[in-house]
Amino acid sequence: MNGEKVIEVKNLSKHFGQFKAVDDISFDVKKGEVFGFLGANGAGKTTAIKMLTGIWSSSSGQATVAGFDINRNRNKLKENIGYMSQKFSLYEDLTFKENVRFYGGIYGLSNKEISQKTDEMIAHLELDNIKNTLISEIPLGWKQKIAFSVAVIHRPKIVFLDEPTSGVDPITRRQFWDLIYETAESGITVFVTTHYMDEAEYCDRISMMVQGRIEALGSLDELLEKHDARNMDEVFVKLAR
Amino acid sequence: MRKILIIVQKEFKQIFRNKMMRPILFIMPVMQLVVLSYSADFTVTNINIYIEDHDHSSMSQSLTQKIAMSEYFNLIQVGNSYEEAYEMVEKNRVDVILTIPENFSKNMHSGRVTEISIFADAINGTKAGISLNYLQNIIAKFSLEEIEKTGIQMQIPGIETNKRDWYNPDLNYKFFMVPGILVLLVTIIALFLSGMNIVREKEIGTIEQLNVTPIRKYQFIVGKLLPFLIIGMVEFTIGLIIALFWFQVPFEGNFFLIYGFTILYLILILGMGMFISTITSSQQQALFLAWFFMVIFILMSGLFTPIESMPIWAQKFTLFNPIRYYVEVIRLVMLKGSGISNILMHVSVVAGSAILINILAMISYKKTA
Repeated sequence: MNGEKVIEVKNLSKHFGQFKAVDDISFDVKKGEVFGFLGANGAGKTTAIKMLTGIWSSSSGQATVAGFDINRNRNKLKENIGYMSQKFSLYEDLTFKENVRFYGGIYGLSNKEISQKTDEMIAHLELDNIKNTLISEIPLGWKQKIAFSVAVIHRPKIVFLDEPTSGVDPITRRQFWDLIYETAESGITVFVTTHYMDEAEYCDRISMMVQGRIEALGSLDELLEKHDARNMDEVFVKLAR
Repeated sequence: MRKILIIVQKEFKQIFRNKMMRPILFIMPVMQLVVLSYSADFTVTNINIYIEDHDHSSMSQSLTQKIAMSEYFNLIQVGNSYEEAYEMVEKNRVDVILTIPENFSKNMHSGRVTEISIFADAINGTKAGISLNYLQNIIAKFSLEEIEKTGIQMQIPGIETNKRDWYNPDLNYKFFMVPGILVLLVTIIALFLSGMNIVREKEIGTIEQLNVTPIRKYQFIVGKLLPFLIIGMVEFTIGLIIALFWFQVPFEGNFFLIYGFTILYLILILGMGMFISTITSSQQQALFLAWFFMVIFILMSGLFTPIESMPIWAQKFTLFNPIRYYVEVIRLVMLKGSGISNILMHVSVVAGSAILINILAMISYKKTA
């Protein structure tokens, strides 16, 4: 993969008083990549993602996402990214269709585009039976898949997924990863955090965060070789210790 | 513009999908308006009186009868023991003791000044004051009648006052209270709906999702305000219909004026709610904060107690109270028929504060932390 860089991060930090949640990280992500952003709970993954999506400001360092500076050009940046947070992001008291209509509208899609997208999703995710059901009554696995599809409704350049598969069963996780691959193939770069080490093996490249710093970065094979490990679990245990 | 409409649409769906919301919005306020308007009656009646009659003359009996016949007093007992009367006050069976002295009738006939004592249980100060007032009126009227009847020459010349109440000639307290209570209901609904709103999105986490969208702050705030403005106006209209047709409150002024002012006022209150919603992090916090302001605003609005009788510092404080302005305006326009020139001060204060608080709300709503 030698394509253009869609995320460039240089010496980015976020301090909360004395505590360095993100401590001087640098990395690049290329177009069309599935980039795994790994780390233990509290390692600083969410903080980093919040800076890259323009929700939090950074303490120091620079970063451009989709070509826009994260501190100076937030509105442009936000038009070009999608985001699915750890917390559930659809409105539980609205139906699938109403959620699509709302988020589509917020991203400036026309009515025609919205109904087109809605039909596409219904066909692709097989939502015909639940398209008019309140989100609160839909099982978690479905919700996550819908949330993901809504996060890329406006065809962003990059989509950030913050622990999208936590709490769902293995089959749904597998299906979710199929969705991720499809999305990446269609040209949308996927930036995904997870603490499931086996999921890391699905990523093109992996970074491993430990206590606010990036301790390892590379493809799966590179990391395994470098740390003399059989799988990502071992890499994680060696680095986190 | 379209994005604002999208938000408005979503808010309406969420409000009316919530099954509890419909009765809260449309039945509760109507019940409150009707019940409160009947109960917030400042006319004191059913005052229990003990008459301690030491004179036992026909004149003292005729005074007793006058009092017993009045619509305000319940004559509990006529006796001649102060101890007995006092004990009844202690037991809460009597509110007022009226003592007619021994030489009452004799003194009256000879034109001398005679003293009647009144003791009132002043735990409820308002009631005691009003009781005294009623009794004085009855006694004054009684003595005038007696003077005319018997042709006694009084040593003190009497002054007759001629009194007329303007704008509410029948002193119907409902004309005074109903518009004021309507103000309260509209305020409560608007403040609480908007105060709970953004903070709710914080609680369920959707605010984060919105913060990564390119939506502008003003689109977000306006989109959130509009549904509540519409609901507030519908609420106000329902209340106004009840006031005019059920309570028969007169409407002397201009409908457009009161509607225009209500819109302005609602923008102010909704801005306050938005501000509360942006600075708090849970609905519980927002609720307590909203109540804190609500209680102060209601009690210092001049609705239940006249502002003129507050201490000076408190009077100055009411200048920051939006409810005060709205209560004054609705009474002025409805009962007195005041025009825009009479309420210019109110309009400018409310408009100024509305702009200020909405700017504050917009600043304190941070898409980026």
